[in-house]
Amino acid sequence: MNATELQRPASARALGDDTDYGTPARAGAAVSLTIDDREVTAAAGTSVMRAAIEAGIEVPKLCATDTLEAFGSCRVCLVEIDGRKGYPASCTTPVEAGMVVRTRSPMLEKLRRNVVELYLSDHPQEDTPGTNALRSLAQSLGAGAERYAGGATHLAEAKDESNPYFAYDPARCIVCYRCVRACEDIQGTYALTVSGRGFASRIAAGQDQSFMASECVSCGACVAACPTGSLLEKSVLARGRPEAATVTTCAYCGVGCSFRVETKGEGAALEVVRMVPHKAGHANEGHACVKGRFAWSYATHADRVTRPMIRERIADPWRETGWDEAIAFAAARLRAIQAEHGRDSIGGITSSRCTNEETYLVQKLVRAAFGNNNVDTCARVCHSPTGYGLKQTLGESAGTQEFRSVDKADVIMVIGANPTEGHPVFASRLKRRLRQGAKLIVVDPRRIDLVDSPHVKADFHLQLKPGANVAVINALAHVVVTEGLLDADFVARRCEQHTFVHWRDFVALPENSPEAMEPHSGVPAELVRGAARLFATAGNAAIYYGLGVTEHTQGSTMVMGIANLAMATGNVGREGVGVNPLRGQNNVQGSCDMGSFPHELPGYRHVSHAAVRGQFESAWGVPLAAEPGLRIPNMFEAALDGSFRGLYCQGEDLVQSDPNTQHVAAALSAMDCVIVQDIFLNETARYAHVFLPGASFLEKDGTFTNAERRISRVRKVIEPLSGYADWEVTQLLANALGYPMRYAHPGEIMAEIAALTPTFAGVSYAKLDRLGSIQWPCNGAAPDGTPTVHFDSVAHGMGKFFITADVPSDEKSTRRHPLLLTTGRVLTQYNFGAQTRRTENVRWHDEDRLEIHPVDAEARGIRDGDWAGIESRAGDTVLRATVTDRVAPGVVYTTFHFPESGANVITTDSSDWATNCPEYKVTAVQVTKVTQPSEWQQRYRRFAAEQERLFRSRRQSDAAVAR
Amino acid sequence: MDTANLVKMANRIGDFFAALPDAAEARAGIAGHLQRFWEPRMRRQIVAHVERGGEGLSSIVREAIEANRQTLAPDRAA
Repeated sequence: MNATELQRPASARALGDDTDYGTPARAGAAVSLTIDDREVTAAAGTSVMRAAIEAGIEVPKLCATDTLEAFGSCRVCLVEIDGRKGYPASCTTPVEAGMVVRTRSPMLEKLRRNVVELYLSDHPQEDTPGTNALRSLAQSLGAGAERYAGGATHLAEAKDESNPYFAYDPARCIVCYRCVRACEDIQGTYALTVSGRGFASRIAAGQDQSFMASECVSCGACVAACPTGSLLEKSVLARGRPEAATVTTCAYCGVGCSFRVETKGEGAALEVVRMVPHKAGHANEGHACVKGRFAWSYATHADRVTRPMIRERIADPWRETGWDEAIAFAAARLRAIQAEHGRDSIGGITSSRCTNEETYLVQKLVRAAFGNNNVDTCARVCHSPTGYGLKQTLGESAGTQEFRSVDKADVIMVIGANPTEGHPVFASRLKRRLRQGAKLIVVDPRRIDLVDSPHVKADFHLQLKPGANVAVINALAHVVVTEGLLDADFVARRCEQHTFVHWRDFVALPENSPEAMEPHSGVPAELVRGAARLFATAGNAAIYYGLGVTEHTQGSTMVMGIANLAMATGNVGREGVGVNPLRGQNNVQGSCDMGSFPHELPGYRHVSHAAVRGQFESAWGVPLAAEPGLRIPNMFEAALDGSFRGLYCQGEDLVQSDPNTQHVAAALSAMDCVIVQDIFLNETARYAHVFLPGASFLEKDGTFTNAERRISRVRKVIEPLSGYADWEVTQLLANALGYPMRYAHPGEIMAEIAALTPTFAGVSYAKLDRLGSIQWPCNGAAPDGTPTVHFDSVAHGMGKFFITADVPSDEKSTRRHPLLLTTGRVLTQYNFGAQTRRTENVRWHDEDRLEIHPVDAEARGIRDGDWAGIESRAGDTVLRATVTDRVAPGVVYTTFHFPESGANVITTDSSDWATNCPEYKVTAVQVTKVTQPSEWQQRYRRFAAEQERLFRSRRQSDAAVAR
Repeated sequence: MDTANLVKMANRIGDFFAALPDAAEARAGIAGHLQRFWEPRMRRQIVAHVERGGEGLSSIVREAIEANRQTLAPDRAA
């Protein structure tokens, strides 16, 4: 092989390859050397250890692992190198051209055996169900514990079992530092150190605290890194060593981590032992967070409903029944409603947690079987402004980069997102880049962790008032335009000139200056100027944003403002830059891609587009409606009006997650047929007439698409507990309605999607198995997918600027409601908590709290832990208060993971002008000290208790779960 | 559907497009947005409201709807 560039990206790993190569991969020029008389080639910078293992030569190791930089402490990987004295550690020695290495010799065997025997002298004899590299190494070297027996040991040290998911057994620790390094370099939390020296060196969490009491966020990176099973999953200790593994994708957030589901037993006796992050996963590269890694027991929780149920009215007890009867009941009711109230009087909601195939079928059911376009999805309430805003400006309804792109960013701006809580695996990657020296600008009303964390500090924190997003983005743009910081060359080459000129003249107006904006935004002008200059001049600038951008009356406007800024500074269309929406749910991107919106067919083509509609009509065999359908908030309005009376809701909990709970409940109560398909009896099911049991991700076969447009396989490990996969249930309903669907396998559904959707044309299960994952667009022009989206591969080819005038929200603080409430998430609870509340994660967060600034708290006589009543124009509820200066005076904050908190009783119908995305992030409220739950909460408790009783007293079906 | 709500939503759409320098483009933008994203019963209702005087609507929104009545609500009662 000649000295050509080995341009393998640093994380390349063949599918199914779980080899530990010892040290991280490098990209660089090829270097030739000899190992054990063999010619070997490796990229410059690679360690001798890795070069050997890549060539199939075994090198023993204990403190080395390929997810961490070499450490050189265990002294077991020693090799002989011609011309060098002694026995260098192969992990810390980089390859050099012409090097001659021996990994085997009598002296090396002797040295290694000696080192291992020293370790064995302070190591338990008993086996552990976890893998133990020390024990395996001892066996292969023929080393025993006898030589150094009799000295002091750590065998009697107490275990730390404080964490619900893993245990730390100090007796097995060999102080290789892998856990410490993992917590630092991979996770970035720095919760672990080694305290003491010499024999007294021990792993310590926090300030010599238990794991649970320390800053540990339970990501499990230390457990994955531990070579001896000193840190080990409790589920492995309880259930024993796993026997098989299936690679699948996490069902929590939009990072879409790849996991190996490790199982034991077969068929009915199969049990999941643990979830291990998959190193070859392109989104996560072997890392995970507490939720995906450990909080999966909800899938087999006792609350799982596995039999269909029906009832005539929601005041009646539920009645368990067979599938045939439940489906027939639902179909008959839906058709009866249409007969009486018209074709447009029913609709459906697709799930952003179900697979692409399942979502596609639900929207197909609505369009082809119901005959209307009344279909929508949860993206309505989170990222629909992203879809609208990015389509207008950049021409595509999705982010432009992959997560890996942050490794090349020089300045990162995070707006309205809290990645360390909401997208933790991505946040770890982001923090690593920040530790390397990239700069950080945070735009958030709250002092999120990213502003000030171990080894990470924001260069600018623009702590704006809720509702001032557009003011701030315009002010930033004003600085760029008026201080000569535009990337004129990029704008001239890649953007529409006339829209640019209009926009430039608009932001240059004095009223858009940081000084003019300051009273409204609450951000000092010099901070805005400093942040803008940094963004425009530091090199590659990337913007990451979340629901703090979209869930506003000007959500779409703000997305366009972000795109404007990115284009004006030339930060689109290559690695290290871009506009990056941090999509929330595991498949919300996919749900949108699959045509879940009422106005778009799969692939974001408007329903009025005759040619496209014609293709679908041809394929589906029925005429399709050409007008946009009802969005979720419109469905509620129409229900109260009496013109919308039937709903098929798959995998969404509208009553808990949509704003203005009382309004939603009233709307559902007004309907004649509400069908809920879910894994638990959720809040919406309390208003349902038909409950169809759904399947968890462990029971699913299909694909999810993450925030990187990355389509990954979800592979079934357990048969659906209810007897049917979610897509099969939709198919049953379609057939009962007289619209034939005959798919035998989800792969067939994906084949249909690919045939009808140009951006998916090249996607197939075979290709997914071969490549591991595919980022759309995937078609003739890009057969293996598209990591970074450039303008020339999107619809209109040139970037468009849009004028983003600031229009204040209706939610302004008044004398009656002087504070502004905003909302967010925590790491350990997920969304409305249906999954995580049913796991041990409640140990970290078991109630939603109201964060209030000390000044505001004192004025109201509220102390930390007191009950606080929060009231808005929509309703009132009660939460316990946390007094903190993370929020500014005038701003309060809460999470919404528990239904009894009623956070959404307070949020209003205020919504984004373009998409109706609710303005969860700004609600004018008053807070007072109270002594009892709110009237809503009392009513909620009574209603919830009654619905529980109706469920528990259900007439149970004697029939076995029949197919 | 609550007319007051539709009026509020329509006005907010108007607020965005009103920033465009060309008034005709702004009106076309407003009408286009309603056409593409509002379900027919919502469009029929707002057109009917405009025909009754359009109380509460900003002038640019009222003009945009008036000029595009036929496309927005082709099958409304005369």
